[in-house]
Amino acid sequence: MTVTEATAPVAAPKKQWLTATVREVIDDTARVRSLVLDVAGWPGHRAGQHVDVRLTAPDGYQAQRSYSIASAPAENTITLTVEMLPDGEVSSYLAGEVRVGDRFELRGPIGGYFVWTPELEGPLFLVAGGSGVVPLIAILRERALKKAAQPATLLFSSRSYEDIIYRSELENLAREAGGPTVVHTLTRTAPTDWAGQTRRIDAAMLGEVGFAPDLMPRIFVCGPTPLVENVARTLRDIGHAPKLIKTERFGPTGR
Amino acid sequence: MSDAPISRGFRGRGAGSTNSRIPPGQHLVEDFPVLSAGPTPPVDLANWRLSLDDGAAPLAEWTWQQFLALPQTDLRVDIHCVTTWSKLDTHWKGVSIDTLLEAAGLTEPPQPYVLAHCDGGYTTNIPAEDLLDGKAMIAFEFEGEPLDPEHGGPARLLVPHLYFWKSAKWVQKLQFVDPEVPGFWEENGYHIYGDPWREQRYDGD
Repeated sequence: MTVTEATAPVAAPKKQWLTATVREVIDDTARVRSLVLDVAGWPGHRAGQHVDVRLTAPDGYQAQRSYSIASAPAENTITLTVEMLPDGEVSSYLAGEVRVGDRFELRGPIGGYFVWTPELEGPLFLVAGGSGVVPLIAILRERALKKAAQPATLLFSSRSYEDIIYRSELENLAREAGGPTVVHTLTRTAPTDWAGQTRRIDAAMLGEVGFAPDLMPRIFVCGPTPLVENVARTLRDIGHAPKLIKTERFGPTGR
Repeated sequence: MSDAPISRGFRGRGAGSTNSRIPPGQHLVEDFPVLSAGPTPPVDLANWRLSLDDGAAPLAEWTWQQFLALPQTDLRVDIHCVTTWSKLDTHWKGVSIDTLLEAAGLTEPPQPYVLAHCDGGYTTNIPAEDLLDGKAMIAFEFEGEPLDPEHGGPARLLVPHLYFWKSAKWVQKLQFVDPEVPGFWEENGYHIYGDPWREQRYDGD
């Protein structure tokens, strides 16, 4: 065995494109779908990470985008949840055209910052807007599978009841012993018998639903840019340390 | 490329969407997506400072007013984010790094690498050479308007020939170092250099 200098940088292996085969298609809402994938050679991931997806057309044309991983590391599959965007070149394929058995390529996992593992101490406060819930469901799924004991709360803003992604799964998770507290707010329309929140997330809601700053919760915020900007700023203003507020944002074309 | 599996039913925008100014794996956008790892820091021009350091030794420091009094440059450039969007012909105003060095009394960088430090603790690393000869600036205007806080205002580093995470928002200090010190994303799985034309997205690319 050759001994090299201890200071020599270790070259990381290049992340290879892997072939993903669609095992199952789940319609989450009218515009959002989950794709359960078989990916041979998948190296594993941490909750909160994302992948690059590459589609290849018969003429060789390729298109590439980033998507958050929805499945927990403890599951044996990779699940992506994709919202169909207006004029979305890749999302309209993944959330519209795709059928079981179809193939595309994946590269990842990517991102070492917006991640949560069960070893991390402290309560967990997750704030999602729309499909921003995807990396956060990975965290909640991992927390449930690993029976992590840290208290967890999800504050989830959706446009309407029908637009709530993972609605029944979140209900089930919340009912389990030690399950997360799940608070929904519906910003456009709500059922007539809706007893929950109906306004955009604000300081009062964050103060009421979230953990007190002195409990030093780990905060993950993901959603459209205006929501994330507003929530992150408000959390800072009500006393949460910026270092504990991790954000992921997407604009109309961000993914 | 040739052994990539065909995605049945995918046609995409096809050849019509190709453009020699778009690097591999990128796509054109018209809007300006925002990506940051944490909260946008509040703007405080009265206490804003930009500094150049040689290792731990301060070289120069400017207040907002002093910074704005330096000779300014315009750049019209294409920008490329590692999340795969590219935006063409963006127009920036700022102070070139050449001008900052000159104002600090330097004829060349004191060390071969730079670690940029930002409000909120973000860092990124760039070879000093990549900041010279008009290739980079501290930008404070975008499309003729003061730079929005969510896009890095009051001032951000602009290094348009590298992936856009190198164009650090809310920049406060350029520290010349040797050896190179990996920054925030570079410590979190992203490429140490980040050339979009060689698709250097992640560690190992």
